[in-house]
Amino acid sequence: MNTEKQLYTISVYTENNIGLLNRISAIFQRRHINIESLNISPSEIDNVSRFTIVVNMIEVDVKKIIGQIEKQVEVIKAYYHTLDEIIYQISGLFKIKSELLFEEPQIQNIIKESNARIVTVNTAFFVLEKSGRKEEIAELYNKLSTFGIMQYTRSGLIAVTKDEMRISELLETYNN
Amino acid sequence: METQTIQNNSKATKTTEKISGSEAIVRCLIAEEVKVIYGYPGGAIMPVYDELYKYQDKIHHVLTRHEQGATHAAQGFARISGKVGVAIATSGPGATNLITGIADAQIDSTPMVCITGQVPSHLLGSDAFQETDIVGISTPVTKWNCQVTKAADIPAALAKAFYIAKSGRPGPVLVDITKDAQFEEFDFSYEKCTKIRSYNPIPKTEQSSLEVAAKLINEAKKPFIVWGQGVVLSEAETAFKALVEKAGIPAAWTILGASALPTSHPLNVGMLGMHGNYAPNKLTNECDVLIAIGMRFDDRVTGDLSKYAKQAKVIHFEIDPAEISKNVKADVAVLGDAKATLAAILPLIQENSHTNWHQQFKDLYEIEYQKVIKNDLHPTKEGLTMGEVINEINIQSEGEAAIVTDVGQHQMIACRYADFNKTKSNITSGGLGTMGFGLPAAIGAKMAAPEREVVSISGDGGYQMTIQELGTIFQQKAAVKIVVLNNEFLGMVRQWQQLFFDKRYASTEMTNPNFVAIAEGYYLKARKVVKRADLKEAVKEMMESKEAYFLEVCVEKEGNVFPMVPSGASVSDIRLE
Repeated sequence: MNTEKQLYTISVYTENNIGLLNRISAIFQRRHINIESLNISPSEIDNVSRFTIVVNMIEVDVKKIIGQIEKQVEVIKAYYHTLDEIIYQISGLFKIKSELLFEEPQIQNIIKESNARIVTVNTAFFVLEKSGRKEEIAELYNKLSTFGIMQYTRSGLIAVTKDEMRISELLETYNN
Repeated sequence: METQTIQNNSKATKTTEKISGSEAIVRCLIAEEVKVIYGYPGGAIMPVYDELYKYQDKIHHVLTRHEQGATHAAQGFARISGKVGVAIATSGPGATNLITGIADAQIDSTPMVCITGQVPSHLLGSDAFQETDIVGISTPVTKWNCQVTKAADIPAALAKAFYIAKSGRPGPVLVDITKDAQFEEFDFSYEKCTKIRSYNPIPKTEQSSLEVAAKLINEAKKPFIVWGQGVVLSEAETAFKALVEKAGIPAAWTILGASALPTSHPLNVGMLGMHGNYAPNKLTNECDVLIAIGMRFDDRVTGDLSKYAKQAKVIHFEIDPAEISKNVKADVAVLGDAKATLAAILPLIQENSHTNWHQQFKDLYEIEYQKVIKNDLHPTKEGLTMGEVINEINIQSEGEAAIVTDVGQHQMIACRYADFNKTKSNITSGGLGTMGFGLPAAIGAKMAAPEREVVSISGDGGYQMTIQELGTIFQQKAAVKIVVLNNEFLGMVRQWQQLFFDKRYASTEMTNPNFVAIAEGYYLKARKVVKRADLKEAVKEMMESKEAYFLEVCVEKEGNVFPMVPSGASVSDIRLE
């Protein structure tokens, strides 16, 4: 078992239920674990939600957390993975003054090279969207910040795993 | 409901009729075969109380003197009967007063359903009178909880609540019901819950785990069983005793596991943990196979984890997968319900007796007897000891009483020395250590098992935390025997101050009231003992009383509980003095 702290994604399949977020976040709070990012969305199964939680921990503690998450009545299954075991994306949004597009021609190159997408443009500002790994978003941020960014935000990490999840089969066994 | 069944010639649970949400709540309780509930009325729960009034021939509501008392009474009820305890309260302070009992039930795995009234749904979130976010507050200390804002959702919510509270590893649940949902009328029908898609209360037992465990047990030279409340909760006592006897393995208990095997059983080698017996603590670090059954390696049991049973292979029989390797790494995990897994492993176990190994326990017991037990139970010095009071109760109850304790020195002494012939006889607050638990828990225990002698034992500190429940005892005519071991100190804290804080007795000395007068104020028979010569006669009078009886025993002021594993030390560093 890996004894070094590293980033893990915890994927939790749950019933879609008010209050469950509180119940799950309380497990991290009790052990004084900072959640790096959190995303909740529908999953591939009807009425089943998927939490993607990123934490920086050692593996033995992640396992204990997984046990305590799975113990919750409305949790179907929880898994943990290292970043190597998943395909993941993060999205960043940058709001920038439109006049910079004309005053600072490098910005156009930065946009092209980074494969960022222009979401909207008006006379006052334009909005860039960049999806990718955390470092790629950070790199774009660093390049743009020298010119001034009006607003910046980054989404939580979302991921699919290289392994199969087999949640439908699991639900099937619970039903029998 | 019965008439309906006849008229409709179908299952009562399938018939529908228009009733209010509040009546539905009571009808759900009746459908779950609830006969007694504990609670306290108030604004947001009044419609339910109005229905309880109408259904009082079916459900007996016990008015406690504080909502905390209602939860502890429900816990006592659940612990002695194995059934779900029910507590009910109004919104706001009524609901928050339940929290201590809920947290206690959570950490001690006690099945309990709490129902709280809530402000009308249109006022939710508006800081209305007596509004509190009880679902948010209770989330970390409940197995499950929910809020209901529509009458039609009440039956399914309560059905789920009872199922979750009782199944798998039991625990407390809370259902918060808005006042408008209580008034609203709807078509009522009730179906018990037997399955929840995302919830797997009893994990599957792998046959291979049983085989590996059996092989380890059969090959062990110094096997040692440590058992907990799991044996009691799964009602696995018979299978457990059969395993202990067939394999001939010395077995020791956590305080919540106490009484699952009679105290007098030759292979019962005593109590684990901080104030447990000398032999089981010492020999934890000598056994070669440690067999944990329905216990969770609480820090009060293990002491320093880095020096706990490191030499042993660990087999863990457990229903809750989250407990496996949480504190002590398990070499073999046998998941499942203890009753089933113990029965399944029994045929794989070879008959054995570990005479020499067992003798090591007996030898260490003898050392503990000479150093500690003899002086606790048969003191010759002046001043009554807590131990001799417990011993006198043992003698006169012949080990048949259910002992309900509070928290502190008297609790450790009672757990150490009480004789238990029957299972479910030691009712105490283990994990949370809730002072004030004992007296109300004894009320619930007595009401659930009126045929049993129920003796509540408290210290002078904890007793005063829920002393108002004497009113409940009087009103309910609950024949609880109440013993207060009065040393005029918060004794356990004082002991620590003596041992670890150079006798700086900060806020542990109690100036106490006239306890006998208070009990008499509630019209209870009461007596105070200050001399050894009077003890036997006083205990006799108490045990023979057909009604509630209060006995105060003034014990030595600065008595200490030994043995003791100092906080953070290894179990094998247990001190006898």
